[in-house]
Amino acid sequence: MTANSLPAVDLDRGADLAEARSRHQQGARRFTIALILLGLGLVLSVVLATGIGRMDVSWSTIAAVALNKLGIHTGAVNRTTDVVIWDIRLSRVILSGLVGAALAVAGVIFQGILLNPLADPFTIGVSTGAAFGVAVLIMAGVGGSFLGLSPLPLGALLGALGALAAVLMMSREGGRLRKETLILAGIVVATFLAALISLIKSVDEESLSAIVFWIMGSFSGRGWIHVGFLLPYLAVGLFLAALYHRELDIMALGEEQSHHLGVAVSRVRLNLLIGASLLTAGAVSVSGVIGFVGLVVPHLVRVLSGPSHGRLLALSAVAGALILIWSDVLARVILSSGQELPVGVVTALLGGPFFFYLLKSRRSRGIW
Amino acid sequence: MVIKVEALDLGYEDRQVLTALNFQVNQGEFVGILGPNGSGKSTLLLALSGLLTPQRGRIVIRSEPLGELPSRLRAQILAVVPQTTEVRFPFSCFEIVLMGRYPHRRRLGTLTDVDLIGALKSMRRTTTVHLKERTITEISGGECQRVVVARALAQEPEILLLDEATSSLDVRKKLEIFGILKYLNETRGLTVLCAMHDLNLAALYCRRLMFVKDGRIVVDGPTDQVFTPEILAQVYDTTMEVVWHPDHQRPYAVMLPLSPEDVDPEEAEAPQEAVSS
Repeated sequence: MTANSLPAVDLDRGADLAEARSRHQQGARRFTIALILLGLGLVLSVVLATGIGRMDVSWSTIAAVALNKLGIHTGAVNRTTDVVIWDIRLSRVILSGLVGAALAVAGVIFQGILLNPLADPFTIGVSTGAAFGVAVLIMAGVGGSFLGLSPLPLGALLGALGALAAVLMMSREGGRLRKETLILAGIVVATFLAALISLIKSVDEESLSAIVFWIMGSFSGRGWIHVGFLLPYLAVGLFLAALYHRELDIMALGEEQSHHLGVAVSRVRLNLLIGASLLTAGAVSVSGVIGFVGLVVPHLVRVLSGPSHGRLLALSAVAGALILIWSDVLARVILSSGQELPVGVVTALLGGPFFFYLLKSRRSRGIW
Repeated sequence: MVIKVEALDLGYEDRQVLTALNFQVNQGEFVGILGPNGSGKSTLLLALSGLLTPQRGRIVIRSEPLGELPSRLRAQILAVVPQTTEVRFPFSCFEIVLMGRYPHRRRLGTLTDVDLIGALKSMRRTTTVHLKERTITEISGGECQRVVVARALAQEPEILLLDEATSSLDVRKKLEIFGILKYLNETRGLTVLCAMHDLNLAALYCRRLMFVKDGRIVVDGPTDQVFTPEILAQVYDTTMEVVWHPDHQRPYAVMLPLSPEDVDPEEAEAPQEAVSS
């Protein structure tokens, strides 16, 4: 072999392939285990969270109610208990889980395509845009539901897309998205719209608590009907995210490289932004603006899943659900007076310091 | 021919960079694009890769206008190695190279053996196999560049565009990369177009040279005929000697120091700038 000879390219087909496969499967196994553990945790959390509340109910009562619903009668359950457990608590737990999943996945998408670790539905103003859309509809007296669909999520979607368009326009300079300006523009738009929401509410003679509901987010008084409002938006949003998870990986390398590798950048980005906006709009229309879930969850999960978006999306959805379920439990029970906190207050109180820690820790710097 | 450029004007919003370009590249050519800084080499490659829409004229790849090629199909024909590659997510190098298989994979399909073998082979070619499990964020710039070349090879393109792709590499790595390109060019008929500054590297590997200056292609021809002191002096405003290596029969440019009258007296205080411009 002379000094300038080329490296050998003969593949030891069997061995190399087997090694690559096994590496691949090793990663897949770790992911599967994480997903199963989180999934079990989620099921357990739904049960536990349903059991916690002002009215004390035993586990056997919960089981009896659940079995009743499945058509297996194991004994009489009084009507009040049934309503409290099934219609009030369980629906709320499920709803908070779904909203958590929606926000976390939206956060993954926004961070991925905007290449900004601080992007999430709240920080780029999309959540507040959605809340503004809903507030306008409510002021105009549009409400109710047709065939289980409400016009409110649609208003939220228009508001979300409007805010997103405004933020993207403000942060575009010479045809390029300025990462630094993005969050600033998001904050400006969010603050402005939050002020408008307050204005609408004051003009509309509603109580201060209703304003807080939209700006800080809450699941108070939400039920199955809201789960119904959210589901179609969640389904389409998750479908789009799943469809484009491979493109999300490549787009994490930036626009030029994505183009070179054959990604139809403009179309894929548009579809993903629409998907994330659908998720945000659905979530906000049933729960108001809840911050930090979409910001913190993807960072937390990345430590576990690595940068690959297929895994990141799946684990973030489950982790987002878990976190918001327990945040809502805290919001329900933390005040001894029996009053509820807006859940957005809880997520901000937990998420703020935690995010500070993430920013400071070496680990997260390696990740971004 | 695989690339045909007709009456092409290229530029950005406020300024035109290249005017009325006309040329063709046949399959299996190895073309070096040379010229002084700011002459538009990168702009030309940007347009050929489909990232920059021409102001006028058109680019035809095989028989299709470049702009009308679907993204995936375009990436199956054409791969690009940029000057530098910044990746902020800690993907493993193997994952990065596997991304080169994207244009060949079905939307919801799983990884096939063809993909894995393709990725492994191109890593072996670029001597990056040992980096497979390292993350792209922790390896050196030169290693990263070789991984990106591996990714481009994994695309199994017919045309490879390189924009100063080896400028940051040491001599050995430069020769290795160009050795791979030469090998693929000669055995697989890979068409190579590379914008570069290193005259001698170009003379060693490129069989055709295109000199770009002042918004035009000033000289375009076989390396042996156009790599002359006269043309180099005209393009670079610098006196150079060209000698032929006795064993390899390749031309070499020998740089000579600028004479005092070449250095603008007004810029005498900043001689480095004068030399590099």
